[in-house]
Amino acid sequence: MEPENGFIQEFKVKGGDFSKAGSISTEIKEILQEVGIDSSIIRRVAIASYEAEMNMVMYSRKGEVSFILDSVKILIKTSDEGPGIEDIDKAMQEGFSTATDEMREMGFGAGMGLPNIKKHSDEFKITSEIGKGTNLSITFYLEQQNKQ
Amino acid sequence: MNQYYHSIRIDEDKCDGRMKCMRICPTQAIRVRNGKAKIIEEKCIDCGECITACPNQAIIPQTDPFGELSRFKYTIAIPSPSLYAQFGREILPEKILAGLQSVGFNEAFDLALTCGEVSFAIQEYLRDYDGPKPLISNACPTVVRLIQVRYPGLIENLIPIDTPREISSRALKKQKSKEIGLDPKDIGTFYITPCPAKMISIKQPAEKGKSHLDGALSIADIYGPLLSAMEKMEKGNYRKSLESICILGIGWAISGGICQTLRIKNSLVTSGLSEILKVFDDIEKGKLRNIDFIEAYSCHQGCVGGSLTVENLYISYNKILKLINTLEFEKIKACPDIREVRKLYEQNYFFMNGKIESRPLKPLDDNIAIAIKKKKEKEALYESLPKIDCGVCGSPTCLAFAEDSVRGEVNITDCILRYPEKIKALTKNKSFTAFSSKRDKSTAAREADKKGRKHET
Ligand SMILES: Nc1ncnc2c1ncn2[C@@H]1O[C@H](COP(=O)(O)OP(=O)(O)OP(=O)(O)O)[C@@H](O)[C@H]1O
Ligand code: SF4
Ligand SMILES: [Mg+2]
Repeated sequence: MEPENGFIQEFKVKGGDFSKAGSISTEIKEILQEVGIDSSIIRRVAIASYEAEMNMVMYSRKGEVSFILDSVKILIKTSDEGPGIEDIDKAMQEGFSTATDEMREMGFGAGMGLPNIKKHSDEFKITSEIGKGTNLSITFYLEQQNKQ
Repeated sequence: MNQYYHSIRIDEDKCDGRMKCMRICPTQAIRVRNGKAKIIEEKCIDCGECITACPNQAIIPQTDPFGELSRFKYTIAIPSPSLYAQFGREILPEKILAGLQSVGFNEAFDLALTCGEVSFAIQEYLRDYDGPKPLISNACPTVVRLIQVRYPGLIENLIPIDTPREISSRALKKQKSKEIGLDPKDIGTFYITPCPAKMISIKQPAEKGKSHLDGALSIADIYGPLLSAMEKMEKGNYRKSLESICILGIGWAISGGICQTLRIKNSLVTSGLSEILKVFDDIEKGKLRNIDFIEAYSCHQGCVGGSLTVENLYISYNKILKLINTLEFEKIKACPDIREVRKLYEQNYFFMNGKIESRPLKPLDDNIAIAIKKKKEKEALYESLPKIDCGVCGSPTCLAFAEDSVRGEVNITDCILRYPEKIKALTKNKSFTAFSSKRDKSTAAREADKKGRKHET
């Protein structure tokens, strides 16, 4: 499908702003419900987008999420300005976390965010540059046979 | 035939389209079309807010009339513990149960006892539970519907333990048919309800099975006859009738009652739909992962705030609280035996039969590509609207109007601010002109005067 037939929405994220944290994934969930996406896919998207959003709130200065929906797939791209990730393989391991005590107090820092994004999505790409920032590209296919 | 049963009905003859229901509806399930309120079946969760908001009593709760009792050879009243909070402080459950018998039931059952058992069962379930948290109580049918419709992702958080009203009805039918030798079909169990919402859990249970209850009578309907029946009765011994009250069960009448009497540490209590929406949004974002159990009631202060209750909700809330305090102080523990409850728990006695399924809202279109197109149209249309949510178009907000428009249910010219000609058409409407002529100059002057004075002080 042509991109102009898709639905695109951009969101901004402010690092450290826990009061609004999670609102992007809520909005994405509402859009998907309105359009009639299967609820099991919505659940996976909600979890992945929430984890991605939270990582930006917790670790970056600021960032952007773009949400692109067409009749084949859902694509969520994030890019942030922040410290970047030194060792991506390590960050992808379950249980690895550099969360502060305050963050752990709030229930974060289990080191499950990135692994969960990968687990729940059909395609997952992560790139990062130290001192610059981190980019994610997360794809979900609406029909499982379209999986590549 | 409608797909969804609802416990409220709009009387079109009484409705004059004043939109109070539409503005108050927490799920935006009401529209006003051609001067009459209409309920969108799939969006309504039967909270009953509109019943109280309607100035014309045009929204009518659909509880059962007293005559329903005659369908059965033997009838049992099962009153919501909130009924116990409707009368003077010296009137205790024992007397209320006796009163119910004298208004026409063969028997009245103290549901607080089963509530106590279910409290213990919840405690058992929480102890070994390691699924998604927090667990959410399912006592309020409106909350269950809300989750089915708006938060399908939270269905697995609903506690799978059945409600006391269902469990006791099931048990009573079995026990009574043995005792008096009647077919269970001839035994009618009736919930005495503080809200119409319980009707939906009877007529169309969330878990697809069949309810064990045969109907529900409104507290408001039964209040008068019950009060006069009790006035004729002798005064009982206060202390003695205190001793039969189950402290764990009585708490089910008010928000927080379950958690308080069970002393669940990591729990949270919320009541009132607007508050619940905030809490559920937070659960979805994963913010409340370290809470074990949430008590949520659609009505403020819990079931004592139900739309079919009689007493002021804060007074009745306090009455239950004081009763709990008295029982605690007197060390009265007329509660079910926890060992018995554990035995029953092991036999799955408390668990719900079916599974609760989601009931997602109708998408903008069944075809995803078209739905996406409509979504874009909706957003574009919304951008062109005044965004002041005046509601005159008959949709509760500008966003809802945009949605109604792409669904083909309204015409864009219905927006009075984009199409001022619409105001002219509206002022031709009878009720509007009648109102403006009634408000003569002197009232207008008086009002202006009042306002002026207010500013001075
Ligand atoms: N956007 C980001 N910018 C910088 N560092 C990040 C970013 N996202 C993740 N990280 C790093 O990767 C680690 C692992 O992230 P992950 O989301 O898997 O776990 P977590 O955020 O620490 O804990 P949890 O997600 O379970 O609350 C983080 O602790 C952090 O050091
Ligand atoms: S809180 Fe109680 S009274 Fe109110 S709708 Fe829910 S169950 Fe009914
Ligand atoms: Mg994380």
